Amino acid sequence: MINLENPKKFRGLVHQARQVAENVFRPVSRKYDRSEHAYPVELDMLAAIMDGMNDGTTGEGAGAGKLKQENKHKGEGVQNGTNLSTVLSLAELCWGDVGFSLTLPRQGLGNAAIAAVADDEQFKRFGGKWAAMAITEPGFGSDSAAVRTTAIKDGDEYIINGEKIYVTAGERADCVVVWASVDRSLGRAAIKSFIVEKGTPGMEVVRLEKKLGIKASDTAAITFTDCRIPASNLLGDPEVNVEKGFAGVMQTFDNTRPVVAAMAIGVAKASLDRTREILKSLNIDAAYNRPLKTSTQLEAQLYRYEAEWEAARLLTLRAAWMADNGQPNSMEASMAKAKAGRVANAITLGCVEMLGTLGYSEDELLEKWARDSKILDIFEGTQQIQQLIVARRLLGKSSAQLK
Amino acid sequence: MAKDIQGLGLGLASRFAGSELAKKYGLRKPAERMAYLWTKKGFQFVGKLQADKAKKKAADPLLLAAPAAHGLFDLTLTDEQQMIKDTVRSYAEEVVRGLAHDANEAMTLPENYLEDIQALGLNFFSVPEVLGGAAQSYSPTTSAIIAEELAWGDMSLAFATLAPVAVANAIVRWGTPKQKDTYLPNYLGEKPVKAAIAVQEPNALFDPKQLSTKAKKTKRGFEISGIKNLLPFGGEADLYLVAARYKKQPRLFFVRGDSEGVSWKVSPGMGLRATATGTLKLDSVHVDSDAMLGDDTFNYQAFIDLGQLHWCALAVGACQAALDYLIPYVNEREAFGEPISHRQSVAFMVANIGIEMESMRLMTWRAAALAEMGKPFHREAYLAHLLCADKAMEIGTNAVQLLGGHGFTKEHPAERWYRDLRVLACVNSGLHL
Repeated sequence: MINLENPKKFRGLVHQARQVAENVFRPVSRKYDRSEHAYPVELDMLAAIMDGMNDGTTGEGAGAGKLKQENKHKGEGVQNGTNLSTVLSLAELCWGDVGFSLTLPRQGLGNAAIAAVADDEQFKRFGGKWAAMAITEPGFGSDSAAVRTTAIKDGDEYIINGEKIYVTAGERADCVVVWASVDRSLGRAAIKSFIVEKGTPGMEVVRLEKKLGIKASDTAAITFTDCRIPASNLLGDPEVNVEKGFAGVMQTFDNTRPVVAAMAIGVAKASLDRTREILKSLNIDAAYNRPLKTSTQLEAQLYRYEAEWEAARLLTLRAAWMADNGQPNSMEASMAKAKAGRVANAITLGCVEMLGTLGYSEDELLEKWARDSKILDIFEGTQQIQQLIVARRLLGKSSAQLK
Repeated sequence: MAKDIQGLGLGLASRFAGSELAKKYGLRKPAERMAYLWTKKGFQFVGKLQADKAKKKAADPLLLAAPAAHGLFDLTLTDEQQMIKDTVRSYAEEVVRGLAHDANEAMTLPENYLEDIQALGLNFFSVPEVLGGAAQSYSPTTSAIIAEELAWGDMSLAFATLAPVAVANAIVRWGTPKQKDTYLPNYLGEKPVKAAIAVQEPNALFDPKQLSTKAKKTKRGFEISGIKNLLPFGGEADLYLVAARYKKQPRLFFVRGDSEGVSWKVSPGMGLRATATGTLKLDSVHVDSDAMLGDDTFNYQAFIDLGQLHWCALAVGACQAALDYLIPYVNEREAFGEPISHRQSVAFMVANIGIEMESMRLMTWRAAALAEMGKPFHREAYLAHLLCADKAMEIGTNAVQLLGGHGFTKEHPAERWYRDLRVLACVNSGLHL
């Protein structure tokens, strides 16, 4: 039965996330935007709350560490599970602050990878840790198959060599999930992910980036020089399966793309809400009570932003809902990410424009949201990569045909 | 279909010859198609619903209760909706699409079109059981699915099919018991009902809340004067539901097509040409005292919103049709030694059509589902319509663009989608989920 409203069962969870966004994130949002690389101490307390939210009475819980594609139906009928609760609560958190949401202890993208592919033993060892994700290298961005970092088997260990950049929370996290090739002659099928714990000799954080936005979230460059890790830290199947190829490691994205889309939904909503608040003080209500053609330009623009925002939100919920219900959602996840990324960027920038120098000024957070939003159309697959994925699926083309 | 192929390149011709579509049209004569559908689909369809009748009973069978909500986010169609969707789509594919080109050119409905499509039993899903129909609940989402699938065949023919159904939906949703008794049984007869909702007036910046058409009370009933446009059926409609300002409020009035003072002017539009659109003039037309739709609980805004959502659903179907048509085209059309779909500039346009079409669908379904649950849905309908109006035109224009010069000719349906989809941003009501 068609119903696209937020499920009642997650109201509590969403409300909690909103409280955190409003009372923990917002008050210190500007502070950490101005002091890049300072550790937001407020988050340690929050991590405990997040753990509580996950293990609390809401059942499925939420967060990066819980994301999982349901392989089969649990029980009868339609499911609203962890994927949906995660996108809903993360959108609320990002309404507060995207940077903080990205640097929540134990909620890293590495946690999503661990949740998706770790075996029971690995989950026991790393499930409770804060895991960052290290994919990008100086020589490549979107082309994930071009990994140059190597992991060479040596007895019970792998030796990792290479350089990773743009590792979110790379310095703060307890461990890093690293993409590396076990045999560069075998191409993309040989790319595996490995968990490297902080403090492992040979692993060094060499730099923290200075960025346009999400400054509260540290972004590290890490080098691995003869860095030895236990062989049991390899996530997933150690065999190189040329047939199955890259699919295994890419699978994580089906779960994490709707999450990044949700972040975009959250920050765009922040801009829309604040813009409406300011316009209301000027007695501009925009209450959908006149046809678009006879509305003012400002109202019409606001309506367009809201329509695009709602569309992005619904695409995101759909992708998460599909994951909860064991339906393959690769295309839908990319649709959500493409739409939400570009819409959030357009809305946050547009709201700054609407309000003129007030929007542009640091007296408001609008300019910050407009800077923060840009990354959401880039990481976890750029706008263009999402369009490629959607196009390939729709057209039935391989990556060799549609490059 | 054969004449459409003339003038196309050999590559295109062979592509068409091998397609399922050509096979279907080549192999089946219209009469055989109808016999097949009537027996296999239509009957099976209505029969199944009537078999289910005993299971559920609405509290007020005339009002049609809202279905029980399970409170979960859900995009699963009910079994009934899935069955309706499949049946309507197969009719759209096997019959409607093949008629669209000629009907557009002739600017009239194909002979027996409305009679034939009775086989689908669409009227049955609007009329409540107690009046002989098959509807167990008032379901805007089901109406949206029907509109989407029919418009996949052709938006103009879908409009003609659904304009009378929209009147029935409006009667079910807003009508007094007497109005339901008077008008709904007509929908179950063998002769198709030609009826239409008349809200739109031919003024720039028309606002459905600021009607020029006026109704005033008389001794015997009401007197209505005004002008309405973009109405289907070439002036042959039996019944119009006319929006007019009465006591400073917009209301709807039943006006028989043969009433004194009603006149018709043919006025074709850019699209929707198969429906033979025209302008209706009402010059002091008298209607009875019970001709005003509904009672004090009538909600004009919701009436308008349900109309706009119906248009949105039609647009979703036409956009889906465009996407389904473009995919094989760009995969098979070659330039510079490879399919044009291997170029990102082409592929990304296709991707965006997919993304925005899904956006349109989800926005439309969401608002329709809220209406179905009896919750406020004005904001959602407003935004759904805004998005659909923008994206439908974007998809319409890109559909022509992706076919290049071919898209500009009538050898392909893209130019028709282009013209039909433009209506979204222009029209107010005329339909009703």
